[in-house]
Amino acid sequence: MSRRQMIRQSALLGGALTIGAGGLSAAPAPAARAKAVIQIWLWGGPSHLDTFDPKPDAGRDYCGPFDQPVATSVDGIRINELLPTLAKHADKYSLIRSMTHGNTGHETAAYIVQTGREPDRLVYPSLGAIVSLFKGYDHGYKGLIPPYIVLTQPQGRFSEAGFLGLRYKPFATEGDPAKAVFAVEGVVAEGIPAQRQAERRELMHRLDALGRALPADPRFKQLERSESKAYEMILGDAGKLFDLTTEKQETRDRYGMNTFGQSCLMARRLVEQGVPYITINSKGWDTHKQHFETMRRRLPELDMGLSSLIDDLSQRGLLDSTILWCGGEFGRTPKIQWESPWNGGRGHYGNCFSALIAGGGFKGGRVLGSSDKTGSEVADRPVHPAEMLGAMSSLLGIDPDQALPNSRGIETTVMPPIPTGTLRLKELL
Amino acid sequence: MHNFFHRFGFPPLRKTGRVQFLMSLARIICLAVASTAPAAELQCIEPFESATEAPATTLDRLVEDRLGKLGIAIGPVCSDAVFLRRARIDLTGTLPDADEVRAFLSDRHPTKRAARIDLLLESPEHADYMAMKWGDVLRIKAEFPINLWPNAVQAYYRWLHDAMASNLSHDQLARDLIASSGSNFRVPQVNFMRAVQGRAPSSLAAATALTFMGSRIERWPADRSTGMAKFFSRLSYKPTAEWKEEIVCLDPAPVGPLVAMLPDGRSGRVEDGRDPREVFANWLVAPGNPWFARATVNRLWSWMMGRGIVHEPDDLRPDNPPSNPQLLGFLEQEFVASGFDRRKLLRTILNSRTYQRSSIPRTPSSEAESLFAFYPVRRLEAEVLVDALCHLSDSGESYSSQAPEPYTFLPATQTAVNLGDGSISSSFLELFGRPPRDTGLESERNNGWSDGQSLHMLNSTHVQTKIRNGTRLRKVWEKNAGKPGGLVTGLYLAILSRPPTVSEATTTEEYLRPLSGRNMKSSFEDLAWALINSKEFLYRH
Repeated sequence: MSRRQMIRQSALLGGALTIGAGGLSAAPAPAARAKAVIQIWLWGGPSHLDTFDPKPDAGRDYCGPFDQPVATSVDGIRINELLPTLAKHADKYSLIRSMTHGNTGHETAAYIVQTGREPDRLVYPSLGAIVSLFKGYDHGYKGLIPPYIVLTQPQGRFSEAGFLGLRYKPFATEGDPAKAVFAVEGVVAEGIPAQRQAERRELMHRLDALGRALPADPRFKQLERSESKAYEMILGDAGKLFDLTTEKQETRDRYGMNTFGQSCLMARRLVEQGVPYITINSKGWDTHKQHFETMRRRLPELDMGLSSLIDDLSQRGLLDSTILWCGGEFGRTPKIQWESPWNGGRGHYGNCFSALIAGGGFKGGRVLGSSDKTGSEVADRPVHPAEMLGAMSSLLGIDPDQALPNSRGIETTVMPPIPTGTLRLKELL
Repeated sequence: MHNFFHRFGFPPLRKTGRVQFLMSLARIICLAVASTAPAAELQCIEPFESATEAPATTLDRLVEDRLGKLGIAIGPVCSDAVFLRRARIDLTGTLPDADEVRAFLSDRHPTKRAARIDLLLESPEHADYMAMKWGDVLRIKAEFPINLWPNAVQAYYRWLHDAMASNLSHDQLARDLIASSGSNFRVPQVNFMRAVQGRAPSSLAAATALTFMGSRIERWPADRSTGMAKFFSRLSYKPTAEWKEEIVCLDPAPVGPLVAMLPDGRSGRVEDGRDPREVFANWLVAPGNPWFARATVNRLWSWMMGRGIVHEPDDLRPDNPPSNPQLLGFLEQEFVASGFDRRKLLRTILNSRTYQRSSIPRTPSSEAESLFAFYPVRRLEAEVLVDALCHLSDSGESYSSQAPEPYTFLPATQTAVNLGDGSISSSFLELFGRPPRDTGLESERNNGWSDGQSLHMLNSTHVQTKIRNGTRLRKVWEKNAGKPGGLVTGLYLAILSRPPTVSEATTTEEYLRPLSGRNMKSSFEDLAWALINSKEFLYRH
């Protein structure tokens, strides 16, 4: 088959285009320090005041019941009192308290924080899709597990792959890792023994009338390749990866026997397996009402899951090569809305919020930037999401200033440009 | 071929394509005579092809002349069962039921195909399906990056659905979408001018050019694109007291006459007080406009034939010529003469034997597909596939939107084709390439195959549950309890919309016989599973 035919056939497959090496070799690849990213996505926008940027002196209208922040293992850094375990590991992560983009719409803010782009006519890919492009099947990734995974449900607020297309979209596991069986859709099937799998597969092949009539169709060839790969996964060991009962119960308890905690444990296992990008989609942080009740429920889960994950990655020597990023699309209004109908809620807030970042080359034990007395505005060192994403990209060995190859012919770079001679998040490198 | 697949780590093919091709030709059961290849007897392949050739229409002569000159052979037309399934999917996005198949196959009337096309074009499902297809182009979506918001989306979608049901002429449809003014809740067509991120005049011009001229403004000379943008430079968007209501109208500020440039390079002067969009719309839909009819027929042709006469179907430009200019010109003329009647155009296409050709090519030439020597196979669209699975099992799906208000409550009978709002989705729709409706580009929809799709179809609880609990399939089981012959025929009709061939019946009846470790019910489920996973089910062909 000639190269031209190959490209044509790929085009017929609808975007499954193998991107030539030309565009990639143009810029020398920076040395990759990090191999994987775990993105802990606190969907809905967690309050920065009630997590990583406490303001105990701002008064009850700002800090509400949370006025006793807990000291951490690093002098001078305090976080919310419901995050005591996480506090013990403060030397392993850094906090950015000056995140800002100014947008207060979930969908647009979620887009800005995960793509680094302000909205224009195009929809750009999220960092996960970019990693899937540069470190996925096009570039030697051989794993059966897709390179970009979401635990457990897709975010759905925008198309994460943007103009890169379906091939780079995340694989959502569905199922619940906290249940007796983590039923990963398509991978972990119940009650079909291997013998019957083989028999019905053979039956399917024998009944393939249209396939026999069109033996050379490239679309069918693609389907057949995918079928073979699917069976490697179905009949092979891949399913075992998702079987959390092989972990000690003590370990599982430490992460917390809830969907978030077990997702953190699952993320660690996926990193060990070589999956380069994992998103944990943690819902329920859009706390307009019953804000403090929700915090009392969610923060302990976050504390257990996140601290166990950081601790485990560190003890297993994986934190050096794994970027861990925790945050949401924005923060929440510093001033509490005591009035009806909110009755002590917090609204969307994009002017100033926080993010936690660890591993993969990022230093721990630091705080970058600061907010003012009430957490309302950035006081020092504003960080736009594009800078944070660009820094992660660099650490992954993906030059953020190189061309972003795509089948739509759009000329752009991996991340928006920054002033020449500057370094993204240099204080944390 | 061998080397290529080896290099990418795939197992070697069992035989080369050519050997398999000849083997399939050996399974000849009937003979047909093709009119363009005089004296050549054409072998037809069971159960996909028919020995009876249809008469040529004008359209067919234009296609076949071109193919004949290049020596590209064509196959016979498709069988009745294939035709029924194909036309139903292409016009309505649904599959025929067993009873419908039986009735159609036993109908001896020579014009039954034409009659069926008329019936399908008048069906409510045709309006549903066309509203889905145009909904992609018109970017009907509540959330990012279009941000129409739920109320306006519902109004916009209902307007579009009505336009499809009443077969509103395409010039009127375009005029309504381009030049309307009013509230986005009460004059739904104004949402066209809202369904663009940023709403800069240049973005509105780009969306209009893509939608109605099949042209990408990025490729135009700068003076043309900025000149066209001026037609959209006097829009104003005014909020009201109601949440997310907006009045889209001509900016009342007195600004004097405006000089814009039409895409053909002529200047368009707009007098003070007149909405420049009207001037543009008048130019666009005037007979003789070189873009409007051409872009529309090419788009509709690509929906039916899997590929535009100009490819990509929304990338018309001088250096991207049509594969068959006479064919495109003919369709254009017909469309203008009919008063921009989309349904009439579809009728012309579907009644041609070009549309009704078998999907099995006879000349392995790269031009055979671009010149329409056969009907190319394409994977069912995400929505059509999941609706078919739901129909087979009489089950529903759960669809949701992340937009908080108004809350999305959808009945279990909700079909995916009828979702209306691109922001209401499911994992299945995302996995199978439903377009995000970010830009309105045809290429946003991905009907390619992926590893994840294989996993899902072969091994998911989702599909397995539908097979096990599906009432329609259970009825086949109950009606034919213990009778392998009846079970097999029932499943073939329900899933593949055709009866089994003799050899298929033999193979499958054997599989249904009780075997150690597998009772007949599980074998029956396996058979349903195998047919649902067959290419014949997953693809239009």
